[in-house]
Amino acid sequence: MNTRKSMLSGWGQYPQQLTERLTPHSKRGISEHLAHSSSLDDSPSLIARGLGRSYGDSALAEQVMQTEHLNHYMAFNADSGELECAAGVSFAELLAIFVPRGWFLPVTPGTKFVTVGGAIASDVHGKNHHVHGCFSQHVTQLTLALANGEVVTCSPDDKAQLFRATCGGMGLTGVILQARFKLIPIESAYIQQRSYKSANLAETLALFEEHDSATYSVAWIDCLSTGDKLGRSLLMLGEHATDGELQAHRDSKLNVPLNMPGLLLNRYSIQAFNTLYYHKHTQTHAQSSLHYEPFFYPLDGIRNWNRLYGKNGFTQYQFVLPKSAGLEGMTRILKAIAESKRGSFLAVLKAFGEANDHYLSFPTEGYTLALDFKIDATLFSFLEKLDRIVLDYGGRLYLTKDARMSEATFKQSYPQWQTFQEVRHQYGADRVFNSLQSQRLGL
Amino acid sequence: MKNILVIGATSAIAEQTIRLYAQQGSNLLLLGRDEEKLQLICNDANVRGAHEADFLRLDVNDFDSHASVLEKAYTKLGRLDLVLIAHGSLPNQQACQQQVSTTLRELNTNAVSTISLLTLLANQMEQQGWGTLAVITSVAGDRGRQANYVYGAAKGMLSIFLQGLRNRLYPKGVHVLDIKPGFVDTPMTADFPKGPLWANPQAIANSIVKAVERKRNTLYTPFFWRWIMLIIRNIPEFIFKKMKL
Ligand SMILES: Cc1cc2nc3c(=O)[nH]c(=O)nc-3n(C[C@H](O)[C@H](O)[C@H](O)COP(=O)(O)OP(=O)(O)OC[C@H]3O[C@@H](n4cnc5c(N)ncnc54)[C@H](O)[C@@H]3O)c2cc1C
Ligand SMILES: NC(=O)c1ccc[n+]([C@@H]2O[C@H](COP(=O)([O-])OP(=O)(O)OC[C@H]3O[C@@H](n4cnc5c(N)ncnc54)[C@H](OP(=O)(O)O)[C@@H]3O)[C@@H](O)[C@H]2O)c1
Repeated sequence: MNTRKSMLSGWGQYPQQLTERLTPHSKRGISEHLAHSSSLDDSPSLIARGLGRSYGDSALAEQVMQTEHLNHYMAFNADSGELECAAGVSFAELLAIFVPRGWFLPVTPGTKFVTVGGAIASDVHGKNHHVHGCFSQHVTQLTLALANGEVVTCSPDDKAQLFRATCGGMGLTGVILQARFKLIPIESAYIQQRSYKSANLAETLALFEEHDSATYSVAWIDCLSTGDKLGRSLLMLGEHATDGELQAHRDSKLNVPLNMPGLLLNRYSIQAFNTLYYHKHTQTHAQSSLHYEPFFYPLDGIRNWNRLYGKNGFTQYQFVLPKSAGLEGMTRILKAIAESKRGSFLAVLKAFGEANDHYLSFPTEGYTLALDFKIDATLFSFLEKLDRIVLDYGGRLYLTKDARMSEATFKQSYPQWQTFQEVRHQYGADRVFNSLQSQRLGL
Repeated sequence: MKNILVIGATSAIAEQTIRLYAQQGSNLLLLGRDEEKLQLICNDANVRGAHEADFLRLDVNDFDSHASVLEKAYTKLGRLDLVLIAHGSLPNQQACQQQVSTTLRELNTNAVSTISLLTLLANQMEQQGWGTLAVITSVAGDRGRQANYVYGAAKGMLSIFLQGLRNRLYPKGVHVLDIKPGFVDTPMTADFPKGPLWANPQAIANSIVKAVERKRNTLYTPFFWRWIMLIIRNIPEFIFKKMKL
């Protein structure tokens, strides 16, 4: 097996960790490595890693097991749309093959550069969470390498506890080797988009309510506006179009080759961007047809855009508040952000549907807001202030974006963490699979 | 639809090439010795869009089986549009120096087995008067170096064999392509530290598909190896013999 030791980080480039990268060539290679390292008394901390699109320290440990060579398809049923593939297959590759044949992902996050394994381990959601739930809810079976190298399958009905711990389990139960899930049929690669402008937060939330039957919905929120404009947004709704070609995306050519000076993204440039973006859309209601690429993956067009934040990196702060707390809690948080004058280049608001029963899954019914912040000396104390508001309203933070929350915050907001730990212990996973994040959170 | 036979189909470079042909809807027959891996690659090719992908077991060093396995392949595929031969192994040069049997085994794996297969395949292709024989050799065959001259000699022998074969089959409508990769990041080179000259097997596969289409004779891949090897071939021997390469 090929190994390299180098500094590694998540998408936010914070924190950095000296890591040995294992790149096993096969499932067997993974099993053998696990069988060996679990027999040692003192083995380095180990965690699976896909494409490293989690922002913080979820996919960081002394050793990471990269799934890049687990990139095979096992079977596809063209009648039911059920696909079985290896965990290292990326959503980008999958779309390139299946869109031309009229199939799409049941749920997709805001980048296509994620692996199937990473999507399951983070229990990712998309713009259709309110109708279709998380990605893992479309998974009918998982194949997992356990701590001792043994390979088992699990599903919602078979070893259900292991399944519920693994979906959203951040790699802490084992290495997902392959998965079976259902694609959805499409007639076109295009999306019918409708957009609405709202003048303030109350209007924004009302728009979500009003359009809760739309398949895809998301709002971009101008987080630097204040006063009676606080929370003004652009709401975007989408439905798969019925006409237009079944054409997959093209590979992007734009790249940010190096870390940019951190000064590039400052309060003024962000404010200018946000104001321009809001006013670019002049009507309060517009309709258009666009390809799935700009609709779902607007940032994928520029590779390594994370380097725009400079070498100190950035973090994404994504929280969810229960529906009942929505307007009040969100207002408090937006006010705190606007007062702090810390802009977020992108602030994305979404309405979540019902929670699922995966122990560490993030979404719960309510509203979620995601904000990118450049890291500086005072950021984390500011975020702790936000944490307290989130906890006050019974909310929580998304593990796959997190690089800094405290153990206490985590344990208070993820009430099923103990059940998760028990399942982990039952399968011997707690001895072997540990990330920087799990150690920080006391798992 | 193309009928394609791949020998050494579990090689990382072959596998990436198979994916590209599968996506084009080709009919694929894969030969190799590791049936578990062959099954994995076949299933993958079938999902990616192959008209049909199937495999047969072949250990290339079992010379006696060559004729019968190839007969089965002809029966299964019918007309051959493309044969890609990819198997090989990277010998430990020190071990070859210590043990004659190791040297001979490496020469068999990297050259004699391929020549045996090509002898049979060439007659079949000549008869059909159509198709392409594509064989992966290596830039290492362009000049002998102390670090790996057993491998180099085997690959060099293959390249000369292919030149002659190309010359013989040209008037019969059969094309012969010699593929010379530089450093490629595959299981074969897993233990080597990687640097800027290294390519991934996807890039090599893309260049192979293009070279087959354009009926190129010799493909250096990535392209810059043509120039590197031009320089290396032209260093006078009285200097070359003193170099540590
Ligand atoms: C631009 C951008 C937009 C995003 N938008 C969204 C969004 O809309 N919704 C959303 O939910 N998320 C979103 N994300 C987050 C992203 O979807 C998740 O972080 C996802 O898990 C990344 O997948 P990955 O393959 O890169 O995994 P990694 O980042 O490599 O790993 C993430 C976690 O999964 C585990 N893991 C990875 N592979 C395996 C495996 N084979 N077996 C077991 N565990 C494994 C790791 O241990 C780690 O805990 C976004 C990220 C970016 C960069
Ligand atoms: N990687 C490089 O840097 C590089 C450079 C120049 C040329 N090449 C050449 O490229 C070709 C492909 O190699 P690769 O880089 O893709 O490496 P690879 O993945 O290690 O492939 C080598 C293949 O040869 C097969 N093989 C070895 N002995 C065999 C035997 N007796 N019978 C049947 N199959 C046998 C192996 O089968 P198993 O899977 O069963 O082991 C494996 O599939 C080789 O000819 C190699 O010499 C490689």
